[in-house]
Amino acid sequence: MKFQLNILNNGGDCCGSDDSREKQCGNHTGCGGCSDAPDASSRRQFLNKASTVALGSFSLTLLPMSGDLLSDEPSPDDPDGAPADAGSRTADQSDEVVYGFLVDTERCVGTGKCLTACREENNVPEGYARTWVERFVHYKDGTVQVDLVPETGFAGSDVPPIAPGLVDRAYFVPKLCNQCEDAPCNQVCPVHAAFTSPEGVELVDPDRCIGCAYCVQACPYGVRFINPETGNADKCTWCYHRIKRNETPACVEACPVDARVFGRLDDPESELRKRLAAIPTSVLKEHLGTHPKLHYVAKSGEVI
Amino acid sequence: MHASSFVFPNDPHVPWSIMIVLYPYITGLVAGAFVVSALYHVFHQDVLKPVARLALVTALCFCVFATLPLLLHLHHPERAFNIMITPSATSAMSGFGIIYNVYMLLLVVEVWLVFRPDIVALAKTTNGWPGMVYRLLSLGDREITKESRAVDEWLIRALAIGGIPAACVLHGYVGFLFGAVKANPWWSTALMPVIFLASAVVSGIAALIALYLFFCWRRKITPDADCVRAMSRYLWVSLTIAVSLEMLELVHMAYEAGAEWHAISTLLTERLAISYGVVQVLIGSVCPFLLLLLAVRPRLNPRWLTGLSGIASVLVLVQVFAMRWNVVVGGQMLSKSFRGFVEYPLHIGGREGLIAAAVILALPFVALIFASRLLPLWESGDKHVLSSKPFQPANTGNSLTTGTLTSVTNQQRTMFNEEDTADTDAFNYGAVMRNEHV
Repeated sequence: MKFQLNILNNGGDCCGSDDSREKQCGNHTGCGGCSDAPDASSRRQFLNKASTVALGSFSLTLLPMSGDLLSDEPSPDDPDGAPADAGSRTADQSDEVVYGFLVDTERCVGTGKCLTACREENNVPEGYARTWVERFVHYKDGTVQVDLVPETGFAGSDVPPIAPGLVDRAYFVPKLCNQCEDAPCNQVCPVHAAFTSPEGVELVDPDRCIGCAYCVQACPYGVRFINPETGNADKCTWCYHRIKRNETPACVEACPVDARVFGRLDDPESELRKRLAAIPTSVLKEHLGTHPKLHYVAKSGEVI
Repeated sequence: MHASSFVFPNDPHVPWSIMIVLYPYITGLVAGAFVVSALYHVFHQDVLKPVARLALVTALCFCVFATLPLLLHLHHPERAFNIMITPSATSAMSGFGIIYNVYMLLLVVEVWLVFRPDIVALAKTTNGWPGMVYRLLSLGDREITKESRAVDEWLIRALAIGGIPAACVLHGYVGFLFGAVKANPWWSTALMPVIFLASAVVSGIAALIALYLFFCWRRKITPDADCVRAMSRYLWVSLTIAVSLEMLELVHMAYEAGAEWHAISTLLTERLAISYGVVQVLIGSVCPFLLLLLAVRPRLNPRWLTGLSGIASVLVLVQVFAMRWNVVVGGQMLSKSFRGFVEYPLHIGGREGLIAAAVILALPFVALIFASRLLPLWESGDKHVLSSKPFQPANTGNSLTTGTLTSVTNQQRTMFNEEDTADTDAFNYGAVMRNEHV
């Protein structure tokens, strides 16, 4: 995809449509997800645990497990530094912490700083992306142009600017892992390499992944890929190694306009919960029933 | 509203290569060939007797190599056994270990039981390393009694009956792998397992017609016209069902015209115009449909029959491959942004390249030729009687008859005598064919 156009805005007012918020559906407002999410989550956790225990017992009778599954020590090969107890297999879930994410498309100005921060923080190979930013340009003739923001931002690229007179509105949409409550990637993994941390973050066990790429196919949002260097499935973890240290994800920290908000969904006093309660938000591809924990402010219908 | 082309940044790296095209193609051939053998062993379609053994051995030869493309595809093949050691109950893919192994075991046992009298006889009369192989395969048995053969017959029939649902599961689950991916609208349909199953039967019958005609040509034998005609009829019926299901899926998508239909229609008309429109539909479906319609006419000259059926079979094999290609590769060409398409770069070399794919596809045929030399695929009708009906010794005594042993000795000579193998074998087989069908 060639970058043929430049962005029109030079500040926070990039949406160009003040009433766009009013057009958003009010689903999930203030609840951080569905109102029945805790119950559904409990059921799922129970089913996951039950199936894991049943299969684990069966497996143990056949062959000895690899050491990492039985040990609480962090895996030395884990690029994210995720401790072994992060998985649902051995997690102590008494301390309920659930993280969520909010992207404000009205605030994003497409600086690309989040992209560079993610690549450097997570050593993402060239040609692959754990996060990206899409630019939507609505022309007056009814066409919609979508392209990717370069890491330098359009200002630092050699992409020619768009004539403002041709455009109705334009906006940026950052994309990253949706950390779905009912994650299809987790469901289809045949070897338990895809697992959910106690905080609800989808992770990959680098010692178990066989590189079949079924999870890549199953992710509706295109955030997974096979890392050519490790041969494992790779994805955005919301910088799990950072959030375990009570830091924010690298992209959140790098964003100069607070378009990315990370926080605890279980804490009513968190900034995330307050903003979710105050404004209408929506999720991507809601009809697929994946129940993302990534929410969008002012997401237009054409964003999928 | 018109939208420009845009793909998500990870989508250009098409993760499932031609190896994942080969896997359902090979397992489809396994399932289809087994269905043909079951038609003979279970449903007593005696007209299929000339290909009954070929069908079973073909299924085994393809099944042996079915996992090879998967191993070449996995980025961590050294961890392949994780899928059997620590399977995830929620993954459709994790059923692979159980399904494949059960089916493989079933095939091995059934083939062994069908050929057991021949193996035992050959073990007694063959020297050198071939004799060692036969003695090993006979598992120490030196005599086939009437009673033991009766047990064999019961087991063969039971395995054939059990093998039909096993074959359906083996291939239906491959279709389910694709059909259950809700992220991909080109795959996500409940019809997918049924379509895969129907096309598996189609490919299995077509492969057997082609193989049977090839072996007859190689042995300078006139093919059994009744058998070819019967298989052509089965092929025509199954092809009609398979293509109808494929078209039903397409028409249903088009008629519903959901949110993703625009992207799918563009995929079919622009990106898959050749492989879908021309190869799969026109050359692979319409042409063989018409050819088979001509071929199955009762009074058709046998030469025309074999010619038309042979061409139709090869076209059908191409159709099924194209169908697998269009599903596996076509589905990945559609970006999850539904605003653009990516290209699949088919490399010539490399682990997942064209050469590797060609070698994998050739290996089952090499194995089949080897098996045809090891086991009497083309033995006389007596053997077929043995394999499906109560044991009827030609002479007194409980062991195999002298006559059978003589024929086995001839078989053995033709197998391991490199000088005049083809001529002797062709002569023997020709005599058998004349006895059976003239």
